[in-house]
Amino acid sequence: MAKFDWNETKRQITDSQAWQSIFRHGYEDTPRNRILMVSGNVWLHLHPSKVQKHAVRLRFTWCMGGITFLLFLVTVVTGVYLMFYYRPTAEYAYADMKYLEFDMPFGMLMRNMHRWAAHGMVIAVWLHMFRVFMTGSYKPPREFNWVVGVILLVLTLLLSFTGYLLPWDQLSIWAVTVGSNMARATPLLGHGGPFHEVLGVNPVYDARAFIFGGAEIGPHTLLRFYILHCIFFPLIAGIFMAVHFWRIRRDGMSGPL
Amino acid sequence: MASREGNESAVAMRAAGAAAGGAAARTPAGGGSKRIEAPIKKTGGGGEEKLHTWPFLVRSEFLMAILVIIVLTVWSLLLNAPLEQPSNPTRTPNPSKAPWYFLGLQEMLVFFDPWYAGVVLPSFIIVGLMLIPYLDINPKGNGYYTFRERMFEILSFFIGFHILWVSFIIIGTFFRGPGWNWFWPGQVWDPHLVEALTNVDLPYMFGFRDYLASAIFGLSLIVGYFVVGYAGLYYWIRSRPSGDPWSAFPGGGPEILKKWGPVRFGITGFLLIAMAGVFIKMALRHALNIKYILVTPWINI
Repeated sequence: MAKFDWNETKRQITDSQAWQSIFRHGYEDTPRNRILMVSGNVWLHLHPSKVQKHAVRLRFTWCMGGITFLLFLVTVVTGVYLMFYYRPTAEYAYADMKYLEFDMPFGMLMRNMHRWAAHGMVIAVWLHMFRVFMTGSYKPPREFNWVVGVILLVLTLLLSFTGYLLPWDQLSIWAVTVGSNMARATPLLGHGGPFHEVLGVNPVYDARAFIFGGAEIGPHTLLRFYILHCIFFPLIAGIFMAVHFWRIRRDGMSGPL
Repeated sequence: MASREGNESAVAMRAAGAAAGGAAARTPAGGGSKRIEAPIKKTGGGGEEKLHTWPFLVRSEFLMAILVIIVLTVWSLLLNAPLEQPSNPTRTPNPSKAPWYFLGLQEMLVFFDPWYAGVVLPSFIIVGLMLIPYLDINPKGNGYYTFRERMFEILSFFIGFHILWVSFIIIGTFFRGPGWNWFWPGQVWDPHLVEALTNVDLPYMFGFRDYLASAIFGLSLIVGYFVVGYAGLYYWIRSRPSGDPWSAFPGGGPEILKKWGPVRFGITGFLLIAMAGVFIKMALRHALNIKYILVTPWINI
């Protein structure tokens, strides 16, 4: 029996008509192809074609920026699934949560993944910011990308906060009440804040009413938060993410000078 | 090999026609089109060996993504997201807690009025975070881990992030019960727990009984605090010897101040002194039951 030659077997397989009808041509591992794999791919070209050796190490990056983005994508996918079965009106919202949990195939799993990914995203953003601070990566020429990152941090919190209301249970309306009551205390603009009488704001016309869409939390708030959560903030976050990633690509990973 | 080349030109034609995203990456060398060799801008790490993003970086990202998805899926299978009773605006739970990531701010309500704890402080935090790259002019520690060369920056961040932000979230989540009273984990939440309200305003403690005198006294204390804070920061920085942590400034303290400039010094000083003020207010509350330092008909701090 002839000695088994792996390369010969591999060549026979990849040269066969069946293989070539599927894959058309092979991938030659050359430096040129490695660069083309990144620069010619719409998703991968968010990366530079080459990175410094230290920037690949997990010890340096903690991978937290990437994990944040991944968890964002998870919330987008699971969020779309949830949107099919959820109606943002006070009559149905809570019932739809129950319906999702008990009747929908994978409804509970999708909801769990959405919520835990959202919480994980908040933590990952903080750890990412902590890492970027520790490596001094906000220093020139990357100052403005840090500013964009802080905006993304705020957007992450706003996304999470607006989503918090949507289950329409006791936990959500009271947590959002406590959070939004801060707006009531805004100097000048909130009816409970200092100097509120200067502009004549009142409970139905002040900073909190702007957030709630009325004097207190109610169906109007639910719809408002739903639209902010599902459309407005994701769009804005997407724009800032594009800027954030683009600038990393242009400036490269930070490294010792 | 000949058949493979034939296939490649077929793909090239298809790619040119349909401009399929993935196929474009594989445009063959002989396809006639000069493909971009993206210029690699060098803004750091000059001279360090570079790796190809494909496969070295993409590979670890891919593995990490799989790992995260597995952990998240298992976690989601084991632990259900909470869903309580249907919302009822007439029934306020005690305690009502904000989402956990805002509990640091809710904890601040123990020490400050809502307009300061909930509006002004978070604004300082966000603006202050954004300003960090413009306030920190130390060129050392750009792109590598170092504590020695950046002690001052790292300690400031540690105090602000780990001590104030994270530990207050932990306190708010695990140690606060009905009435926002302190309960140890495992301790029974007693909703009828009576806390003696023995807090007094600092001006009252010093014998001031009317608003104007109290306000002047409180305001001078706060202004004095900032003056002392600025002066302390100024002289402390000026007395820095050359060398670590500011080895980039061989002239020592005076050179740091000169390069820093009055605007950066002023803003950094304000943020640091305001942050330290949180600790001072907490200490005054816990040690002396001080409610407010500045008392006016409009605002109290």
